[in-house]
Amino acid sequence: MIDFIARRLVAIIPVLAVVAIFVFLMLRLTPGDPAAVIAGDNATSDQIDLIRAKLGLDLPIWQQFIIWIGDILRGNLGESFFFKKTVVELIAQRLQPTLALSICTLIIAVATAVPLGVLAAYRHGSLLDRVVMGFSVMGFSLPTFVIGYCLIYVFAIDLDWLPVQGYTRIEVDFWGFISHIILPSITLGIIYVALIARITRASVLEVLNEDYIRTARAKGLSNRVVLMRHALRNAAVPILTVIGIGVALLIGGAVVTETVYGLPGLGRLTVEAVLSRDFPTIQAVILMFSVVYVVINLLIDISYTLFDPRIRY
Amino acid sequence: MNSTAMKRRTFGILSTGALMAAAGTTRAADKKVLRFVQNGNMSILDPIWTTAYVTRTHGYFIYDTLFAMDANNAIKPQMVDKYEVSPDRTQWTFTLRDGLEWHDGKPVTSADCIPSIKRWGARDAMGLKLMEFVKDFKVVNDKTFTMILKEPYGLVLESLGKPSSNVPFMMPERIAKTDPFKQIDSQIGSGPFIYVNAESKPGEKHVYVKNTKYKPRNEPPSGLSGGKVVKMDRVEIIEMPDPQQQVNAILAGEIDLIEQPPHDLLPIMKADKGMQLVDWNPLGQQFIYRFNHTQPPFNNPKIRRAALLAVRQEDYLKATVGEPQFYKVSSAAFISGTPNAFEAPDGFLVKPNYEKARALLKEAGYDGSPVVLMQSTTLPVLTNTAPVTKAALEQVGFKVDMQTMDWQTLVSRRTKKDPPSQGGWNIFHTFTVAADILNPISNTYMVAQGEKSWFGWPTDPEMEKLRDAYSKEVDPAKAKELAHAVQNRAIETAQYGWIGQWYGPGAARKNVTGWIKAPVPVMWNIEKA
Repeated sequence: MIDFIARRLVAIIPVLAVVAIFVFLMLRLTPGDPAAVIAGDNATSDQIDLIRAKLGLDLPIWQQFIIWIGDILRGNLGESFFFKKTVVELIAQRLQPTLALSICTLIIAVATAVPLGVLAAYRHGSLLDRVVMGFSVMGFSLPTFVIGYCLIYVFAIDLDWLPVQGYTRIEVDFWGFISHIILPSITLGIIYVALIARITRASVLEVLNEDYIRTARAKGLSNRVVLMRHALRNAAVPILTVIGIGVALLIGGAVVTETVYGLPGLGRLTVEAVLSRDFPTIQAVILMFSVVYVVINLLIDISYTLFDPRIRY
Repeated sequence: MNSTAMKRRTFGILSTGALMAAAGTTRAADKKVLRFVQNGNMSILDPIWTTAYVTRTHGYFIYDTLFAMDANNAIKPQMVDKYEVSPDRTQWTFTLRDGLEWHDGKPVTSADCIPSIKRWGARDAMGLKLMEFVKDFKVVNDKTFTMILKEPYGLVLESLGKPSSNVPFMMPERIAKTDPFKQIDSQIGSGPFIYVNAESKPGEKHVYVKNTKYKPRNEPPSGLSGGKVVKMDRVEIIEMPDPQQQVNAILAGEIDLIEQPPHDLLPIMKADKGMQLVDWNPLGQQFIYRFNHTQPPFNNPKIRRAALLAVRQEDYLKATVGEPQFYKVSSAAFISGTPNAFEAPDGFLVKPNYEKARALLKEAGYDGSPVVLMQSTTLPVLTNTAPVTKAALEQVGFKVDMQTMDWQTLVSRRTKKDPPSQGGWNIFHTFTVAADILNPISNTYMVAQGEKSWFGWPTDPEMEKLRDAYSKEVDPAKAKELAHAVQNRAIETAQYGWIGQWYGPGAARKNVTGWIKAPVPVMWNIEKA
């Protein structure tokens, strides 16, 4: 197992190298000039050239790349072109809202989707099954921002129960934090619920037709025990896989959700950085997301061993 | 009801109550806190380093100016108590008001103002022009300094009282001596608000508190001049990128002011009894039609003129703004209703003349090669300008290749001087705050110095002669005549097109009063009931 983890961690290095090269080239080769954005609308070409030189953007691309990679290897992710802060500071400042949104979304999604999927499988063909599957299709089909605006209209504007936008840090006011994170988490969670419920249903349905389930029932075990201990545990591997894959969905969804709800998180930082062509910030955030994605998938792989003793690394 | 059920119910009631209470705290319960949403996020805090309007507005919070423009567009002393001009108009002596202090408690002195003017003069178009005339500065004493000119210059006060980007804000000497092409790293000014660095988080909010030591002038506020009396303890600029969410938030009472909501969302706020629309910027904005003078076919003035003869301003204004109450058709380049305004003859830019345009195009020998028109789709008010241009140009015989992109791509691409087929361009549209273009010197689009000009790089020595004459003219009547001559020259050479004035009201909760009419949204004088 330790060998496996070590090998996977080492494998992160080429992944990050490829991501780094790709992101660097993509930013340099696509249209957009941070110096022009910084200078503002009334600046002249000469002024923009001077800013470009100050930022080192007038150097050949290969030279810029070597400087950047050298900095990364020394643990320096650089300084934002715009904020007069290091990228590490910026990421640290924006981490909490995204982390909170992701965790709350995962909790809501898993707590809702797994029972719904199990019940839909157990009551296969029933009205409940059709409702759950109908909800899944709807969850996949509705764009996140549409769900967001509908929830805002109902819960924030019409009922006036929750705030429209913004974020309160958890250490400042716990209830304020909860009130600000509920609607974004539900918004982002709906597509996730749809995905997990569908996979859970399919996996549990497959397992329910296995011989050992028939045997468990023949032994007189209750439906609850059969479902939870035998069926769900054996169906867990595909469910865990889809949760892992869903992290990418979560990152993409966080960008839209944070924009709609005005959450000052990493998703919004990414959008702002892309729109303003803040190269150091975009590069660092994408590298960070890549590390997160690889590590989460590693954790998912390790967790397989907890549910299926046959899996050994 | 069993005890478990009771516990659940109690938890439900308590948690709902707590959540609603938490939501309520966001609702600006404190009448001394003003929450304001600007048109865009503010990531740069140096108003000399960038011309971004959000940063300019930040400047008005924390810095003060030597002079300022009042509600009648006249320049009035602000930090300056009195000033004198030598008989030959080459020596301007300024004396600062008593009691001016930086936020760190040190007094404002002449030694601070001189490098502040120099730093601004190294970046701003009007500042650069002023500095061409400046021979030297002389410190008379802590509160008095003299600006010595090589020859008389007609726009000294207009320059020092320039209302919009870049504004000559006064900064402490050590900050003002920062390289003009490097961002400052300290936010100390002498203005009516103090920036709270510890609480401000770019991308989330910027926090300002009242500068209790600020000594406002005794006159009532008028435009950007007069007494800057702060009536709120704290102002928060909330960064909220989504216009729909801005409207939702103000309707729910979570914010108090929006600088300029999109026109299509105004009816929602008009219909709400708790809301008011405030026309805080009566001068408004102007749409701009910019040619690339260095590339065919618009390196030919006849072809530029043919393109502008196809323009009908109202088409642009209807397509972008919609409601006639929020726009004005005017052929005056220097903004209708201001001293240099001059309605051009023959309905130029107002009534199209397709026949004349077609004839000119034929006479100029346009070869039918496609014209690259850049369309930005991320600034809602600009999105529809390019399709109107495309239709107008096609009407008179141009072939148009309209290329769609985000605004940041457009601002990068417009710097390229390559042929359109190699990543360059022929036409793009933008808009400007009217206060920036009230005379031939501050109006960047009139500059015709080739490479040194704004994007499009027009070259016209005759235009430069007229602008130069305007800058030196000290008689207002003659200066006005020269401004008219500049506009006529711009029409004659079809240097660029001004394609309509428009207005975007701000939105405020009904309990907010005192929003001053000025070219910049300023937060002094505002109070909350």
